[in-house]
Amino acid sequence: MLLKIFIKILESWGRYFRINFLGFCQDFGASGVFVLRTIFGLFGFRYLINQIYAVGVLSLIIIAVSGLFIGFVLGLQGFYTLSRFGADQFLGQLLALSITRELGPVVTALLFAGRAGSALTSEIGLMKTTEQLSSMSMMGVDPLRRVIAPRFWAGVISMPLLTLIFSAVAILGGYFVTVHWLGVNAGSFWSNMQASVNFRDDVLNGLIKSLVFGFVVTWISVYQGYTCHPTSQGIAIATTKTVVYSSLAILGLDFFLTALMFGK
Amino acid sequence: MKSELNAEDPVVVLKDVVFSRGEKLIFKGINLSIQPGKITAIMGPSGTGKTTLLQLMGGLLTPSSGEVKVLGNTVADLSRGDLFSLRQRMGLLFQSGALFTDMTVFENVAFALREHTQLPESMIRDIVLMKLQAVGLRGARNLYPSELSGGMARRVALARAVALDPEILMYDEPFTGQDPISMGVLIKLIKTLNQAMGLTSIIVSHDVHEVCSIADDVFILSDGLIIAHGTPEEILKDPDPKTRQFMLGEPDGPVAFDYPAPDLYFDFDLKDKT
Repeated sequence: MLLKIFIKILESWGRYFRINFLGFCQDFGASGVFVLRTIFGLFGFRYLINQIYAVGVLSLIIIAVSGLFIGFVLGLQGFYTLSRFGADQFLGQLLALSITRELGPVVTALLFAGRAGSALTSEIGLMKTTEQLSSMSMMGVDPLRRVIAPRFWAGVISMPLLTLIFSAVAILGGYFVTVHWLGVNAGSFWSNMQASVNFRDDVLNGLIKSLVFGFVVTWISVYQGYTCHPTSQGIAIATTKTVVYSSLAILGLDFFLTALMFGK
Repeated sequence: MKSELNAEDPVVVLKDVVFSRGEKLIFKGINLSIQPGKITAIMGPSGTGKTTLLQLMGGLLTPSSGEVKVLGNTVADLSRGDLFSLRQRMGLLFQSGALFTDMTVFENVAFALREHTQLPESMIRDIVLMKLQAVGLRGARNLYPSELSGGMARRVALARAVALDPEILMYDEPFTGQDPISMGVLIKLIKTLNQAMGLTSIIVSHDVHEVCSIADDVFILSDGLIIAHGTPEEILKDPDPKTRQFMLGEPDGPVAFDYPAPDLYFDFDLKDKT
């Protein structure tokens, strides 16, 4: 009796291991092959421009508005704390460093996953469900090259540019709140910022982060769409997975990248 | 992709093809060969895997065991690039049409030409309009797929499938959802295309009368096996009860209409069978 229960438990563990862990390994390997094929797939320049418009340009508004408000809030909170110590002239430094190093890349990537990543997944998923991808490959055109690759590269290219825009808008937002509303001296705001921000250490590292995030988020998005179960529920699950996996990957990778770049 | 065929060799050969989807065995060993220049029909009840058979021929699926040879090439052995160039020589008309929804009818038909040829735009325009004229939709060139009826979408898909003048054309249920007029036109079209372009046509369908009116060769598929093969006349005279039931559309016979289910008495909670 006890042995039977023991075997049952062992069996269910085995099944759990097989489905979850081995399934994950298999998925991960398949997505690796997938992204390699995508990276080296040649495609027309025109398709890339179309996709940069769809994933990049159309994400501009949400990125800019979010950046502005994050700048506002950071300015307010920073002023509240720093002014207690009479250090409010260092607000420029606080804003610029926190935004270029962390908030810019991370928040842009999270917003990008929600706005563009989910759209990519559901678009590709629906193309799969309606057999458009199959009909394309039956015409001798590789969908990885014609559909996936331009979207993938558009994401990788758009993300650093969006991050730059986000950071610039957020710093401007912080500037308006702190200088024009709370009365911080404009000269000390900008000069402290200039003195403390290093292009290579801060701005460039932030851009490298955003490039990594762009790669990972777009990879997850197109892979989830390409491998989704071809039903309406399957698309819904794939879209959810895109946002969840992307967010987790962004936050996890951010820790490692920060440790690599800024850790001692 | 080197091997070429002689004129009389079969263009598609399936040898002992076994295929299963998950736990379910769909094909238990299919053997068939498709002769060049003919219209071959593959018929069978719904759910016997007729569409799957076409996907195996097109290399969209790989058999669990056995061999699929198309135009002399073993599909499973081809590299990715060779498989895509082989597919340029065959066309598949999907049941749903599978048109690209973000392109107009014109762009859909022009798609393969633009991808695979370096033809000037003016020539592409002429070819596309000729193909659309053949299916009677030259006037619909600027419509989007969402503005087409199901039957029209299928005809656009047909124009798109023949855009590159393939050697093999596969039709997946071309007659479902067509009104009597377009049905008549379509039947004539398939026949004409086959003769005029020297195509080999493979039709997967369960519309017995329409198919028998144009097919040269018929295979009947049931329970994962080919149960009959011959000209339409031979098939109609086939004494095998399964074939007879299918060809004559009889409700009772060896092929069950009902999906396997528990006993009626059990499902409706009846106490005894009296």
